[in-house]
Amino acid sequence: MITTERDLITIENLREVRERARVKLDGRLKGVSGIAAWEGGYKLTGPFYEKQQRVVLRNCGIIDPENVEEYVALGGYSALAMLLKDWDPKRVIDEMTRSNLRGRGGAGFPTGRKWAEAYRHDVPQKYIICNADEGDPGAFMDRSVLEGDPHSVLEGMAIAGYAVGADMGFIYVRAEYPLAVERLRTAIAEAHERGLLGERILGSDFSFDIELRLGSGAFVCGEGTALMESIEGKRGMPRTKVYRTSHRGLWDCPTIINNVETFANVPVILEKGVDWFLGIGTEDSPGTKVFCIVGKVNNAGLVEVPMGTTINEIVYGIGGGAADGREVKAVQTGGPSGGCIPKSLFDTPVDFGSLARIGSIMGSGGMVVMDDTDCMVDIARFFLDFTVDESCGKCVPCREGTKRMLELLEKITKGKGEEGDLEALSELGEVITSTSLCGLGQTAATPVISTLHYFRSEYEAHVRDKKCPAHSCKELLEYFITEKCIGCTKCARVCPSACISGKVKERHVIDASRCVKCGACQAACPTGAIIKQ
Amino acid sequence: MAEFVFDLEKNADKIQQFKAFMETQKQRKGALMPVLQDAQSRFGYLPKEVMEMIAEGLKVPMSEIYGVATFYSQFTFFPKGEYDISVCLGTACYVKGVESVLEALEEELGIKAGETTPDLQFSITPTRCLGACGIAPVVSVNGELHGHMSKDTVKELLDSYRCKNKQS
Repeated sequence: MITTERDLITIENLREVRERARVKLDGRLKGVSGIAAWEGGYKLTGPFYEKQQRVVLRNCGIIDPENVEEYVALGGYSALAMLLKDWDPKRVIDEMTRSNLRGRGGAGFPTGRKWAEAYRHDVPQKYIICNADEGDPGAFMDRSVLEGDPHSVLEGMAIAGYAVGADMGFIYVRAEYPLAVERLRTAIAEAHERGLLGERILGSDFSFDIELRLGSGAFVCGEGTALMESIEGKRGMPRTKVYRTSHRGLWDCPTIINNVETFANVPVILEKGVDWFLGIGTEDSPGTKVFCIVGKVNNAGLVEVPMGTTINEIVYGIGGGAADGREVKAVQTGGPSGGCIPKSLFDTPVDFGSLARIGSIMGSGGMVVMDDTDCMVDIARFFLDFTVDESCGKCVPCREGTKRMLELLEKITKGKGEEGDLEALSELGEVITSTSLCGLGQTAATPVISTLHYFRSEYEAHVRDKKCPAHSCKELLEYFITEKCIGCTKCARVCPSACISGKVKERHVIDASRCVKCGACQAACPTGAIIKQ
Repeated sequence: MAEFVFDLEKNADKIQQFKAFMETQKQRKGALMPVLQDAQSRFGYLPKEVMEMIAEGLKVPMSEIYGVATFYSQFTFFPKGEYDISVCLGTACYVKGVESVLEALEEELGIKAGETTPDLQFSITPTRCLGACGIAPVVSVNGELHGHMSKDTVKELLDSYRCKNKQS
């Protein structure tokens, strides 16, 4: 039989298709700089990648995401084919449980346990959801996987569908990621065309389809039950958790909801074996984690390392330390739900348990590096501003409490803080954490609580001395002209409020009472004579 | 804020296409969101007239549609400009000084964040993380990313789009 390229892929011919596709891929990648053959596949080369271990990102930047054959060439869909041929669903679930793969969306719930719960319920309709509503500011791990290797997510979802007995899946992706949406559309269409999705996948009896649903700019929809409400066409407000979603989720049916990175892990775990996976990372958190290291760091980008790697290794070893020759002060992990970790704790290994013990969370993997010019009080205010805006308003502690916390923080950063404000912040934080309905509220106070704990002196400087040690809070700083001034008058000419006076060739003076602190003079000064204090 | 009136006649074609699309979605579970998203991108905003059509087409009360539409930040009740400028307010952009970029944009265009210029040319949309933190601070114009922005490059950026308009 002569087979054409666009033939259906089946369990029987997968190997043949793979071998053919591999020859083509080898040909295409031959001599491409930055990519080298490695362990039967390929890897990215260069100092930034040397120290990483890429499992989830194994194909990103190497294969063409719009060509399913390149995914197949590197072993794609072979795990699904193997299960459909020889494994019963129970075995898939047992293996996933044994792998102890913990949810990569942030909370770290064991994936196998979630699947086992949905498997237990014998009902005609079940659903699989891929949570691609990656909303944490400073994080783009999921976007990279969706854009660089969409089929790994589709395959992971199909495997989940087979394991728990679902024939329908949804990918809920944020609308802010147009390229990811486009790549997913292409991937789903191509999977349909080649018999990897839809009726009778790979020629087996198993049918599974995936529909794409777009978010519309609501952070809270990353919360599982809010996301389900949104797919149902309602306001994305979290539900009261009477049932687990693996019992009653989307349209009240048992629903598995996992994060993009979790699904991308599934095929490779089953393909290479659970024992291989357990050999990576720590006992408590096996596998790797993708981090997105950004902010004031030299090499910003995506980093995938085994769980248990220290923050030091990530920030200095791979990230190259602070940019512009400054000092790293802290990293913020876990977005608006996480905390700031001071430099003194950078030898902490990154895994679910260790981060929780130092008052932060793993979160989805955002890691924002801050240097000595970043004010920790202002960072806490920034996150509270975010949460206030994104709180859905359903429960009182989150809706009202976060607003009060923000007001206090604004007061402090404006130099109007009073004795007792810090105590009030702690107390409010405690109440909001213990009484909110969903994860958004329960973690909303973490940025404040962690900075209060590790950087209390900065708060105290704001409240007592009305000073911002990082010279970041605009209303607390004063511009001052030092004796380096050569009297060139440039500053006086750019000042919008005409508050700089002085004669030519003489030292100028800023009238602090009229200064609007725009910083124009400092930018204009040729000798660096103007400082903030 | 300027008043914008929805012209039913001028939009007759679009309305027809939209209604045809709605027809294909009717049977779909949870159709309201995809339909609203389609309307938002087709008309650039959600005019009251269009929401009434959705209420009738999907048999959903107007109050519910309004409830959903106000919940999600990507739905708007007035038009976006021809060039919609999304300003990323994520953490990485924040620590790299996106505030001053936003201020410069507001000053240059004479509108506040979330508004549209009266000539419908530009609108400013504050956005949560655009996921391009590696090149922070970032703005995107109609989905086209511009990284490493500063308050000094704002005018240049706007001018490049103003030029495009003059040429066409």
